[in-house]
Amino acid sequence: MPRVVVLDYGSGNLRSAERALEHAGARVEVSDDHRTAMEADGLVVPGVGAFSACMRGLLEVGGDELVDRRLAENRPVLGICVGMQILFQRGVEHGVSAEGVGRWPGAVEPLRAEVLPHMGWNTVTAPSDSVLFAGMDPDTRFYFVHSFAARGWEEHTGEPSSRRRSVWAEHGEPFLAAVEDGALMATQFHPEKSGAAGNALLRNWLETL
Amino acid sequence: MAVAVRVIPCLDVDQGRVVKGVNFTGLVDAGDPVELARRYDGEWADELTFLDVTASSADRETTYDVVRGTADQVFIPLTVGGGVRGPEDVDRLLRAGADKVSLNTAAIADPELLRTASRRFGAQCVVLSVDARRVPSDGTETASGFEVTTHGGRRGTGICAVEWAARAERLGVGEVLLNSMDADGTKAGFDLEMIRAVRAAVRVPLIASGGAGEVGHFAPAVHAGADAVLAASVFHFGELTIEQVKNAMRAEGITVR
Repeated sequence: MPRVVVLDYGSGNLRSAERALEHAGARVEVSDDHRTAMEADGLVVPGVGAFSACMRGLLEVGGDELVDRRLAENRPVLGICVGMQILFQRGVEHGVSAEGVGRWPGAVEPLRAEVLPHMGWNTVTAPSDSVLFAGMDPDTRFYFVHSFAARGWEEHTGEPSSRRRSVWAEHGEPFLAAVEDGALMATQFHPEKSGAAGNALLRNWLETL
Repeated sequence: MAVAVRVIPCLDVDQGRVVKGVNFTGLVDAGDPVELARRYDGEWADELTFLDVTASSADRETTYDVVRGTADQVFIPLTVGGGVRGPEDVDRLLRAGADKVSLNTAAIADPELLRTASRRFGAQCVVLSVDARRVPSDGTETASGFEVTTHGGRRGTGICAVEWAARAERLGVGEVLLNSMDADGTKAGFDLEMIRAVRAAVRVPLIASGGAGEVGHFAPAVHAGADAVLAASVFHFGELTIEQVKNAMRAEGITVR
């Protein structure tokens, strides 16, 4: 049974993530202890609320360093919702820019849509070699709740983007619903709230551990 | 593809038990909220709403247990409302496993509570619940002709329901749950005029509630501007299944899960 640590950095939603991962077949611990988090087979970085507040919480427990250290050893990390957003270079909320962890280029910005937050079950478009979405029907729906998203990649010169698999969804405009980047993966939606579809996705992730 | 219109069953919970009669076949205990939540989850409910109707604060402890028990076993979003008085109540419900908390009476008394809750917990988990009705002939006229009520729709406040929803959005709520007190219990259909009026005033998702009686009632509410539809008794008594409601909406060209 894979061992997973859900990173406890003051962001809500920990219990849901913990229970859903257990349901998908993991042994789960909620912790901010670096040794525990380093030793786990997988690390989950959840997140709800504001980008800047999550980032502040993450820095307080040294979560940025933890993510870096795990990825340097090619050990899996899964970001969820704002836990995905903070992996980008920056987040722009109410016109104010906050710095992110910077694993991926570009900004997380307000979605341009008639109704916000984007709240409810939506489909995604995943590449055929996707790991997280393997074996899933294209009309599978996941539960989203967010007003901000990465709306595309700002590619930098020499950035090795080919290893990244981008999964897209649409609400008003296309945005990144998930990214698979070697050991680092993330979803903008909430797999822990996405019923059977979310369970299938978490099982797919656990299989990579 | 578009985000699917959500179908949300609402369960009234009193001292840890579902009340107002539930008549599902094949349930061991129709009053157990966790069992019912699982049942609805299995029937493709898109979210669940618990309305805590418990009167005394001592009994609210059991509500937290119910939320915990449900969140442990049901992996779809859960909204909890009823008797939420301040940020500490919101905090406790979220910690127990609620994804969203709806505020009603306390927000009427102190609208700043909406701003406080939204800033602290994020807009996505703060829902404004509005019990609204047409202003009666002896009431205080409002701009929209609809007013906010309290005490289960019995007491008018003279506050314009449409302006209240718009103000709540400015204060930071992430969603509006609009209950028509005129339509509630009639099973004659949703109050489409009220849905249209609030839709025109807010940009956050709008949940329509009150009046659902048959499968054909749901699509018009969506066409009037609802992003989600909520019902209680028609689902509890097995008069309609969630699947029937979704099929009827799908036949009207509405995207459902």
